[in-house]
Amino acid sequence: MKKNYDIVIIGGGPAGLAAAVAAYDNGVKDILILEREERLGGILNQCIHNGFGLTRFKESLSGPEYAARFIDEVQKRQIEVCTQTTVLALSKEKQVTVINSAQGVFTVQAKSVVLAMGCRERSRGALNVAGSRPAGIYSAGTAQKYVNIKGYLPGKRVVILGSGDIGLIMARRMTLEGAKVLAVCEIMPYSSGLKRNIAQCLDDFGIPLYLSHTITKIEGEKRVTGVVVSKVDENKRPIAGTEMHFDCDTVLFSVGLIPENELTKMAGIELSPKTRGAVVYQNRETDTDGVFACGNVLQVHDLVDFVSEEAEIAGKAAAQYVLNGAKVREEISVNTGNNISYVLPQKIDRNAGGQVKLFFRVTNTFKNCTITATSGGEVIAKRKKRIAVPGEMETLLLTEKTLAGINDEIVVSLEVDE
Amino acid sequence: MKKTLTCIECPLGCEIEVTMNGDEIVSIVGNGCLRGKAYAENEVTCPKRVVTSTVRAENGALVPVKTDAPVKKSEMFEIMQKINAVKVKLPVKIGDILLENISDGANLIATGNEE
Repeated sequence: MKKNYDIVIIGGGPAGLAAAVAAYDNGVKDILILEREERLGGILNQCIHNGFGLTRFKESLSGPEYAARFIDEVQKRQIEVCTQTTVLALSKEKQVTVINSAQGVFTVQAKSVVLAMGCRERSRGALNVAGSRPAGIYSAGTAQKYVNIKGYLPGKRVVILGSGDIGLIMARRMTLEGAKVLAVCEIMPYSSGLKRNIAQCLDDFGIPLYLSHTITKIEGEKRVTGVVVSKVDENKRPIAGTEMHFDCDTVLFSVGLIPENELTKMAGIELSPKTRGAVVYQNRETDTDGVFACGNVLQVHDLVDFVSEEAEIAGKAAAQYVLNGAKVREEISVNTGNNISYVLPQKIDRNAGGQVKLFFRVTNTFKNCTITATSGGEVIAKRKKRIAVPGEMETLLLTEKTLAGINDEIVVSLEVDE
Repeated sequence: MKKTLTCIECPLGCEIEVTMNGDEIVSIVGNGCLRGKAYAENEVTCPKRVVTSTVRAENGALVPVKTDAPVKKSEMFEIMQKINAVKVKLPVKIGDILLENISDGANLIATGNEE
């Protein structure tokens, strides 16, 4: 490893890999990828189910197969990779302090940094589920690692809290390996998982999905022995008298993902409270010149295909920054209006030219609605939707021509049709 | 008779309505593409799924695997037993056949590289 690099990429998962390839192909060859695990690929390595890559490759790949496509591209370009290497600190001056067992602690200076650290799972602690602290409680992703990487089945009778995709995938996976999944409980009146996962992971195996239900008690001293599940009202408060009891030895939590932004915070980069990722321009540049963010560390995506797409934007922009330096910007802010929980990018640089795709999520399930982007009281883009759900990221395209005529803040909102 | 299905071919998850007259398909409505039509046809006659799992390598590492074609949903657990009996020699490359004809002509193939 050298002391100076044009581009340092933090994270060797799908975002980091695609960013590295894009940066290289846009003219910068002096790149370092830092990865804390033993191998490249990130969380894809434990996602052995199929369904990845349909958008990008028109094929249904497993996670490791999808990762391998990008790892091959990285290797072909002989991009330098450092695995089992953890980044400890990042400064605003783009100094990256890292640690590994071979070289100890050292610092590399980058001209540009791409943040591609991904996200982590929300924990039980973040949910305040009552009960003791016995063994047998896992996040869905931890259970996935046990089953798919280590080869252990973490339990025989399972109740899953939350209907996120990882939980649904694990319901099927543990069932196929001989466990009995008794129930999936979702506190919301809708599932946050993909419809196809409800069909092929729950319905295929007769696993019940209880919407508007949550776990109100976990029982057991040394090991989980059971849970109490209750129905909740509109305010998500448990309703007395609706309790159901399940005898189980395992509880999985699949209750959402949080971008992993400790390094971003450390560098003093502005974060959005809505996405919990960095505030960025359309080229995925943060408020710190030359520092870019992409993939799940920026916004939690539904599909890895979109992570790769976003990482290519960031990788290309990082290369341009190294080659051409910082830009003079003309900034327009992008904000959320009615029924929109977040929108990204949060800022558009008009001088950049080209079209801009806005990514956002809606706050609830809406039927027969219209999503609009407005600026200065005028509608600049709109899309009608038969159904919009928070679990599916929405997009609106602003063409170069549209952007050329805009001077005021852009607001994205959703209204239900009359 | 009408059957409502959720298509599992892609993340859109189209809701497909199949109208049947006995064993005969009268109409398929709601599919967004041709893959969805094929899925619906199979689903009302003989539902099939790609099965993904892992097998042990000699050194104890796990190698991810899948069936290279969809197999009968009703046979998934028998297929899992066959998968769990497989032991592989390293190295393994993506696409290597680890068990030929695991079911109805489908092979079990590796989906990960392991040195």
